[in-house]
Amino acid sequence: MTTAIATAGLAKRYGRTWALRDCTVAIPDGKVVGLVGPNGAGKTTLLQLAVGLVGPTEGTITVLGGRPGAGPAQLQLVGYVAQDTPTYPTLSVADHLRMGGYLNRNWDEGLAEARIGRLGLDPAQHAGSLSGGQRAQLALTLAVAKRPEILLLDEPVAGLDPLARREFLQSLMEDVARHGVSVVLSSHLIADLERVCDYLVVLVDSRVRVCGEVGDLLAAHHRISGARRDPRSLPSDHEVIEESHTDRQSTYLVRTAGPILDPAWTVTPVTLDDLVLAYMGQARARDARRPALGLVS
Amino acid sequence: MIKFAWLQFRVQAAVAAGGLVVVAVVLAATGPNLVHLYDTTVAPCAARHDCSAATTALTGTDGPVQVVSDFLVLLIPLLIGMFWGAPLVAREFETGTFRLAWTQGVTRTRWLAVKLGLGAAVGMAATGLLSLMVTWWSSPLDRVRGNLFDPLEFGVRGLVPIGYAAFAFALGLCAGMVVRRTLPAMLAVLVGFFTVREVVTKWVRPNLIAPLHTKLAVTAGSLVGFDETPSGMTVVATTRGILPNSWVYSNQVVDRAGHAPTQAFLNRACPFLTTGQANFQACTVHLAARYHELVTYQPASRYWPLQWGELAIFVALAAALAAGCVWWIRRPVS
Repeated sequence: MTTAIATAGLAKRYGRTWALRDCTVAIPDGKVVGLVGPNGAGKTTLLQLAVGLVGPTEGTITVLGGRPGAGPAQLQLVGYVAQDTPTYPTLSVADHLRMGGYLNRNWDEGLAEARIGRLGLDPAQHAGSLSGGQRAQLALTLAVAKRPEILLLDEPVAGLDPLARREFLQSLMEDVARHGVSVVLSSHLIADLERVCDYLVVLVDSRVRVCGEVGDLLAAHHRISGARRDPRSLPSDHEVIEESHTDRQSTYLVRTAGPILDPAWTVTPVTLDDLVLAYMGQARARDARRPALGLVS
Repeated sequence: MIKFAWLQFRVQAAVAAGGLVVVAVVLAATGPNLVHLYDTTVAPCAARHDCSAATTALTGTDGPVQVVSDFLVLLIPLLIGMFWGAPLVAREFETGTFRLAWTQGVTRTRWLAVKLGLGAAVGMAATGLLSLMVTWWSSPLDRVRGNLFDPLEFGVRGLVPIGYAAFAFALGLCAGMVVRRTLPAMLAVLVGFFTVREVVTKWVRPNLIAPLHTKLAVTAGSLVGFDETPSGMTVVATTRGILPNSWVYSNQVVDRAGHAPTQAFLNRACPFLTTGQANFQACTVHLAARYHELVTYQPASRYWPLQWGELAIFVALAAALAAGCVWWIRRPVS
């Protein structure tokens, strides 16, 4: 498995604030990768570093083996849709496609025009008067028709209504199926990505909490409940991600390679949503146990 | 990349072209009349001994066009800096579109270089054309006035406006790139452009080429008066009209050794200074016997060398700013 994005000790500081710190990830190639994490986890910074918009303060990052933004060839490999999908308000849709043609060597004009036609966008319309969904689609069209090897989408559906969201992801999946491009798309809501991604990276506080094939992850996590028990009494290969207790009952979300054999447990499968929330909650709980210096003073 | 830069710049270029056409039409409609007036009234005036009436009539013709055209050449470089240079990159930061532009298959250095080159070229060409038209249109008036070296006049004729445009544009672009906001960048151009222009006009332009010196005899018409200074009385000679079409820096009354008239000499030669009784003529005769006027000046033939020199200064400043911008955009952002 080749890596699409590989980072080692990657950190980015803006002024005094660390946007990303000590981030080490290996995101595989040839997948649709969901990059999920709460706001401020460093998703946007990671993607901006990957496309070369900003440079790292510390550590290294390679994308498809090259240094991000190193030259035209590297820029050509990466399609990027920035957060809020910026477009030039005074340029028309057709002008944007023209721009794509002027600036990208592998520009696929037929693909771009067909896509715009399928979406029902008027080529003469100025981008400033497009709806949020249409603007996102235009930005995605620019990124896809560039024929990159990897598409990086930064919260592409965050500003869209549910219908536009579904249409956007649907058209994205069509492009993925047609052109076999790798995709990394970020969101703070797993529900956005659940339908489309086959690989998941959960980033909390710039650290990777969990990373893997969606199918494998779902198979390896279980929600078990039964009479109240101490977590220490669980088998050693059960990693507790989340736990909750009432007077009599305990519920755990555990990760384990093998099946749950203990008949005392009621086992229910977990959804991707449960899984992501559990990992985010785990990180928060760990933080809460640390002394909160800010509150003392 | 040049095609994309043009795609974004075509509206501004069209506005500039339209403006130039309007100016061209107005100047073409009124210019030939000025030439005709000059040829029929001012040119033969010496023979008729009524030059003052003829020149007054000429300089009073098309007054509003004179004012507006001079003002346009003065202002256009500033406007190019404020409305083309400042927003060029700053707008991209404000709207976030730099994230779109910088992630296409063209490096940001090339993106900047082409945008900068195209804008500067169009701005310089437009200003050059405007200055050319106004210089042609005003040539009969300028010949009559003979004030080509006037600090203001020098900057709105010939080549120097092209340099001003290049500098203002580069200044706006760099300011916009560093502060990432259009409005502060526009203000930076407004302040920076006029400051640098003023500094160059006042202190650099007079020192570009070492001035010439010439001696003139003291005549009745050349003395304008006497100045009371802490060190005593000094003689003040006129700088106006002594060398037509030249730029006179100073005119001092000195003797052969280069010394100004002494207090004792003045008291003897021009006693009215203390008694209050005017006898300018006697004073002039006494002065002329021992003293002469030493004129420091640039001759009319230095007009174009000075124009080229100042153009080169501003183009060099623009190039330095452009190089700074390229360095700024290339440096690792961290």
